[in-house]
Amino acid sequence: MEKVIELKGIVKTFGSVLANDHIDFTLQSGEIHSLLGENGAGKSSLMNVLAGVYQPDGGEIYFKGERVDIPSPRHSIDMGIGMIHQHFKLVEAHTVLENMLAGMSKGLLSRKKTYKKQVIELSQKYGLDIDPDSIIEDLSVAQKQRVEILKVLFRGATILILDEPTAVLTPQETEKLFTIIDNLKKNDHAIVFISHKLDEVLAISDRITVLRNGKNVATLENDNLDTSILISNMVGKTLDLAIDRPTKLGENKILEVKDLSVLRPDGAFGLKDVSFDLYDGEVLGVAGLAGSGQKELCEAIAGLQEKLTGTIIFKGDDITGSTPRQIIKKGISMSFVPEDRLGMGLVASMDLVDNVLLKAYLKQPGVFVNRKEARFEAEKLVEKLSIDTPSVDISVSKLSGGNIQKVLLGREIELQPELIITAYPARGLDIGSAYKIYDLLNEQKQNGNGIIFIGEDLDVLLQISDRIMVMCNGEVTGIVDPEKATKEDIGYMMVGRKIEGVIAND
Amino acid sequence: MIRISKRAEMPQRKKWIVRLLGIVLALVVMSFFFLFLGHNPLEVYQTLITGSLGNYNRFARTIEFVIPLSLSALGIMIAFKMKFWNIGAEGQIVVGAIAATYIALNFSELHTVLLLSTMFIVAALAGGIYAFIPAFFKVKFNTNETLFTLMLNYIALRLVVYLQYGPWRDPGARGFPKIANFSQNARLPDIFGIHAGWIILIIVFALVYLLMNKSKLGYEIAVIGESQKTANYAGMNVSKVILIALFLSGALSGIVGMLQVSGVNYTLSRQVSGGMGFTAIIIAWLSQIKVVLVPIVAFFFAMLVQGATFIRTAFQIPQSIAEVLQATVLFFALGSEFFINYKLHFEKKAKGRVQNG
Amino acid sequence: MDSVSFLRAALQAGTPLLFATLGEILTEKAGNLNLGVEGLMLLGAVGGFAAGLATQSALVAIIVAALCGAVGGLLYAVLTVTLQANQVVTGLALTIFGTGVSGYAGRFLMGDIIPSSIRNTFRTIPIPLLSEIPFFGEIVFQQNIFVYCGIALAILMGLYFSKTKQGLNLRTVGENPSAADASGIPVTTYKYIHIIIGSAISALGGAYLSLVSVPAWQENITAGRGWIAVALVIFSMWSPYRAIFGAYLFGGLDIIGFRLQQTGFALSQHLIGMFPYLITILVLVISSIMKRRQYAPTSLGEPYFREDR
Repeated sequence: MEKVIELKGIVKTFGSVLANDHIDFTLQSGEIHSLLGENGAGKSSLMNVLAGVYQPDGGEIYFKGERVDIPSPRHSIDMGIGMIHQHFKLVEAHTVLENMLAGMSKGLLSRKKTYKKQVIELSQKYGLDIDPDSIIEDLSVAQKQRVEILKVLFRGATILILDEPTAVLTPQETEKLFTIIDNLKKNDHAIVFISHKLDEVLAISDRITVLRNGKNVATLENDNLDTSILISNMVGKTLDLAIDRPTKLGENKILEVKDLSVLRPDGAFGLKDVSFDLYDGEVLGVAGLAGSGQKELCEAIAGLQEKLTGTIIFKGDDITGSTPRQIIKKGISMSFVPEDRLGMGLVASMDLVDNVLLKAYLKQPGVFVNRKEARFEAEKLVEKLSIDTPSVDISVSKLSGGNIQKVLLGREIELQPELIITAYPARGLDIGSAYKIYDLLNEQKQNGNGIIFIGEDLDVLLQISDRIMVMCNGEVTGIVDPEKATKEDIGYMMVGRKIEGVIAND
Repeated sequence: MIRISKRAEMPQRKKWIVRLLGIVLALVVMSFFFLFLGHNPLEVYQTLITGSLGNYNRFARTIEFVIPLSLSALGIMIAFKMKFWNIGAEGQIVVGAIAATYIALNFSELHTVLLLSTMFIVAALAGGIYAFIPAFFKVKFNTNETLFTLMLNYIALRLVVYLQYGPWRDPGARGFPKIANFSQNARLPDIFGIHAGWIILIIVFALVYLLMNKSKLGYEIAVIGESQKTANYAGMNVSKVILIALFLSGALSGIVGMLQVSGVNYTLSRQVSGGMGFTAIIIAWLSQIKVVLVPIVAFFFAMLVQGATFIRTAFQIPQSIAEVLQATVLFFALGSEFFINYKLHFEKKAKGRVQNG
Repeated sequence: MDSVSFLRAALQAGTPLLFATLGEILTEKAGNLNLGVEGLMLLGAVGGFAAGLATQSALVAIIVAALCGAVGGLLYAVLTVTLQANQVVTGLALTIFGTGVSGYAGRFLMGDIIPSSIRNTFRTIPIPLLSEIPFFGEIVFQQNIFVYCGIALAILMGLYFSKTKQGLNLRTVGENPSAADASGIPVTTYKYIHIIIGSAISALGGAYLSLVSVPAWQENITAGRGWIAVALVIFSMWSPYRAIFGAYLFGGLDIIGFRLQQTGFALSQHLIGMFPYLITILVLVISSIMKRRQYAPTSLGEPYFREDR
């Protein structure tokens, strides 16, 4: 096998964020090399460097042994690199064929007929099953993905980079994709498979490189590997996190969710017949692969989903379909710490004072906002949570990730909510900040509040939750008792398998 | 090879230095142009200043440009803050002027205070509704507001011409197509040699300042401009805020229409807006959507316009030079923002065959 | 009213609109909304007129007019593409620039009339045989060379979009610059080239006014036609073919009032003058209500920076 790509010491920064920190990486022809890591580990950034989209701030790229620069995607394509981006780079209004031909600019006429034949042949060769005349916007996500694969093959790519290709696919579609990838491998193509799903990575890879916080932690041959090795590399240290789990109260129901279903804008179910109860003083963990309905669940309860059926009852009040405004007006004290901190939970360009105001201003009397009050609250937050900022007049986007989260979570807790919904509250935070967040949540739990904790790190979930609801494709696979269940059990349940004997008692 | 990357935020002071440099550069470029025409650029600029500020009367005329430009820009700013691209100020001024004129012509016997305040209110309503229409379609159907408001400008302008040549034509004008002059009752009084609009500007400025910086509505406008998702999350009624804000935005331009017909022209003609609605857009943009900067930038533009009339007489340079100067300053001001947000890196290439490919 | 002579005149009145519209379509296909069409037309009008006076050559006049537009387009492209400035504001600035420059230069051109050699070039040249086709031929093929060129340009542009690789690449840039970039299309180059050529074409619309329609210099000779062109782009839903029809329709609306007056039918020309804008708003609203693809290039008005996340 030939070494086709070698990256040495790649560094890439975005403003103050270090996305790639001296990463080494090699790729050989005829291999499937997985890039594994949590969200924000630097996988996509690294591959975008290879695709000519990002220019690295440091490091060297070797192509078949020769030092090269890849100043633009054009250069990358000419080297035979084809990247299938997570957000497809397709023109929705154009046909498949037009998307294929874009950028192939030798000559004048587009000669669609000639190319059409070639496209059909290629599509058949790799079992892609694509009609070149369909319009992209009429295709399903899986079909669009195959168009992207076809597109790079059509341009003669021999190095394919697939960025989280399975995140948007059903299990059946994933299966089909894997057959295609195997086919490519047999044709001696080199494939980079980016994922954070352990089982898939183990199933398909020859080698696995694990990234964490922008660094290459390990590159492993895929033989005799199991999830625990990968996990320990991904999370970086042994598994006892020693997060406190105060005993739960669990006397009164805070939240009752029955048969909740949510339709996504594309018409598919985002959530299907989800039922659970949440008690006071309880942390209900929610586990699942990315995109298993966590976002829809949070937003449905918080009043941000429009197309929903079923019932959501908050302490006896039916709040199904209420808007956030109605929920606030009803006097229901609920807090939601969304996954998208700067895009939803906070206003990135505003200072701490105005961000504290976001949840307070509606309850203030009169037509004016009371910034004095908000400033006082903001200063209190800074002191209480030791938020590292020169002043409360700094826009939150300038703070570090941990401090941003402290502002958000701190603000929500100050509302003295009886229900706190948090989505990935510790994502991207350093250990110290993460523990601070866990402590804050536990404090709330001890005050008798109910907490829904959407997490991705199973170790954390197992230690902080009183019960864990495992989701798969928008459905609840089961609600387990963390005392009985193991990580493997939950991992299996995340891909839809039911496991007996670990189910929690209500 | 030059590589471009986004830079971490620049300190405020440095930002203003870059912007100032842009304007200075524009003036330098124009200097060469004046030199080419055989004039001493310093003298030209000096005349510009004395022509607009040299004595009280000139200053007063300059202020009469500041009033409409600022008011309209303040209105536009409200919409722009929400990233709602209302470029229909020109039309909103015109419909405001039409509405005020209607009252002025038909109720001229009313007491002047009553008449003027009716004109004022009706003009504000007309301008407000004229901006409300595209906002409604934006909220309801996501109709492109840039193009919608742009089209409305020209409908309003044609309407004035229609009225001028048709139903409102003054029979006493000896066949000349013009609308009758306002009665004394319908004319804004001068206060300190400037029509009373400057008092309205001060009041509106204070109100808009309160709106944008102190009020709940202003806060909601700001949040919606940053992220509708966040606005929803925080329980804001996004559609309602957009509609109210656009009504206010248009109303301010509507008021401008009233002030122009009642304070400056004493009649309605198609020149009533004279491109001020567009200049106001530029002023709003160059003010970084900040209330306090609007009058300052507007003053600068008013000086250019007013000063240019003196350049014409002093140097025999056509007055259009004011527009060329305006545009040049604009080009540089627009360009300078790039250097605030992005960084250039000059670097060497690595060697390898792929670069040639 | 003689319908043949009216329609013939409508084509002539529509021709400056057609050029301006085609230029703007080309620019917008690259994803850039240029509200400076009025300014570009004025630049073309004054440049063409001055060059025509100076050289007595129609060809030079046309070339200079196009070059003036190209320079305006270059300014706009540098600001919006390279320096990422707001397209709406930059376009407005370009209009102010064009108004200023043409107003300034026009001072020295007042009272001059286009030499007869040039006027002769733009005389009506009936096309043999075709011009004898009853009605249609009489209208379309008894025109000046500018009118013929407008139609030809529209058809060529239509073919360019649908049949050539460069046209496909251009559409890809306008729809989704990041997809275009990932496909190896040099986005910046495409934007520059098409903005500049588009601006030159728009400027020719202005040149038609000063060289053929009027043919003398008037202050603000375009009288808002640049804005009608912006409306026409929407009305024709970004199709050069539909632009032919739209331009002639709007051109006809431009002159119908005066003709109606002659027949004693009184509908004010000024009310009719609103129609183009009203119709355009109607097109905008209906297409958004029907949630149809809004034909507008998807990335219209948005700057593109490759490393944006």
